[in-house]
Amino acid sequence: MSVANTSVEPNPGVDLSVTVAGLQFKNPVMPASGCFSFGREVAAFYDLAVLGAIVVKATTQHERQGNPTPRLAETPAGMLNAIGLQNPGVEQVVRTELPFLRQFAPLPVIVNVAGTAEEDYVDVVRTLCQSPDVAAIELNVSCPNVKCGGIQFGTDPVMAAGMVRAIKAASRVPVIVKLSPNVTDIVAMASACEEAGADAVSLINTLIGMQIDVARRRPLLANGVGGLSGPAVRPVAVRMVYEVSRQVRIPVIGIGGIMSGRDAVEFLMAGASAVQVGTANFVDPMACPRIIAELETWCRDHGVAAVRDLIGAAHPH
Amino acid sequence: MAICKVVDQQSVGRDLFALTFTSPVDLRSAGAYWPGQFLHIRVSDSFDFLLRRPLSLCEADPERGLLKVVYRASGEGTRRLTRVRPGDSLDVLGPLGRGFPLHTGDHSTLLIAGGIGVPPMVQLARALREAGTRAHAVIGFQMVDQVILVKELTDAGAKVSVTTDDGSFGAHGLVTDLLTEGLCAGVDRYYACGPTPMLRAVQGVMQARRVPGYLSLEERMGCGIGICVGCVHSIRREGQVSHLKTCKEGPVFPAQEVVFQ
Repeated sequence: MSVANTSVEPNPGVDLSVTVAGLQFKNPVMPASGCFSFGREVAAFYDLAVLGAIVVKATTQHERQGNPTPRLAETPAGMLNAIGLQNPGVEQVVRTELPFLRQFAPLPVIVNVAGTAEEDYVDVVRTLCQSPDVAAIELNVSCPNVKCGGIQFGTDPVMAAGMVRAIKAASRVPVIVKLSPNVTDIVAMASACEEAGADAVSLINTLIGMQIDVARRRPLLANGVGGLSGPAVRPVAVRMVYEVSRQVRIPVIGIGGIMSGRDAVEFLMAGASAVQVGTANFVDPMACPRIIAELETWCRDHGVAAVRDLIGAAHPH
Repeated sequence: MAICKVVDQQSVGRDLFALTFTSPVDLRSAGAYWPGQFLHIRVSDSFDFLLRRPLSLCEADPERGLLKVVYRASGEGTRRLTRVRPGDSLDVLGPLGRGFPLHTGDHSTLLIAGGIGVPPMVQLARALREAGTRAHAVIGFQMVDQVILVKELTDAGAKVSVTTDDGSFGAHGLVTDLLTEGLCAGVDRYYACGPTPMLRAVQGVMQARRVPGYLSLEERMGCGIGICVGCVHSIRREGQVSHLKTCKEGPVFPAQEVVFQ
């Protein structure tokens, strides 16, 4: 006891905290939207308070039943999904889903918002802003799996900017825009969102893909196409994070096939200020806490005192 | 989730394998497992097979702490699983899902299963025997080299009737051919697991026989814990049809609630 009282902290902890869009995250790791539902199921596995933040499933104005099945297909080092934004609708989310997460306070809760028309998005954001439980909005203008599921806003910089302005005007909380990789120039999309007032961008959403059931001679997914995720997309995501973060001043949240602490480090070095973990949660319910622990270990092993020192470390000086 | 140890793997029929491994949970604790639940298993630690495979619990041995699944090597992933040998580690999540509910007061039940839907009936037959409920297993296969678990079901106290599509073993025909008025007389409840066309046919026949029951559904599954919302099935509850997750709210649903497209 006396030794402990007199000695200097022998093994100083790594400072994992980051700030994104004015929000304080105790660490840079959060589950990606649509890969964590609303948190209840995973809360049976661990205390969600260990997360940097939580991004809940895409929420629409009205309840949606989503696409018919099959909705999933495994692919080399990845998977395709075509869920189709199944969710109980924003009012139900605000009433029953978000209050459940209060027990993990001060965990920032980010709500992903999807819709068909600009008015839908604005309505959802207005409803969310009446809830005390919402720390930020993630604007989903990149869901590939529903007709008019917002991706038309996510592939045209002018439409995206218009949407961001409308949402910013309606929102009392920071607005993160989730970008689609299914564009010619993701840097132009990010810049348009930044100019329109976005507080951060998150990227990438899934890449549109397809698998053919060769026995049936038909696309395997009932929806035909689906979104590709998992380690297979990681190099594409890292490249896009690298390019976008060199161009915009707002923070970038990196998403795409992160399975380990090393992968999180890769995104941070590419220029991400925080990361989202998606598909890994489906493989391992403990993925997020494991990645946080691995990230801390990596930093300690490499003499990195603060994880924010890694942000953009791979950029040319 | 836990890293378990493979104890045994055997070929039990054409493309059919029985895999026994140490349980990730203490099987002696209350509610640790239930017939009709599934184990969610990684077939390899390679990212080439990223997602787990849901395999239904066939037998639990609480004394030795072992679980057995019987599966068909039908795709690349399950074929990879056939390579694991005793002593190998196995990443297992579960048991997961809602299994077959038992009803006190039931005297006589039918266990109706086809092909790779037969394995969960073994643990169910054991549970029914413990509950003092009679079980008659009516099980169907394509042909004789795929007939499995007849002895295990018999050992669990069930009467067993077998059909094959080509008549190479047991009765020639489908399981529904055996579900006559006479066979269903006095039956309190049925439990069914098998391919979707079979379940749809069983649902229709047993409704006509006025016997309530449960269907164990199969959908392509992702996470197994309810977060990816991939494995939904249409379920009618309180007059409303909605997409419920077969991993979390199922895989077993009351037969009258199941809506087939």
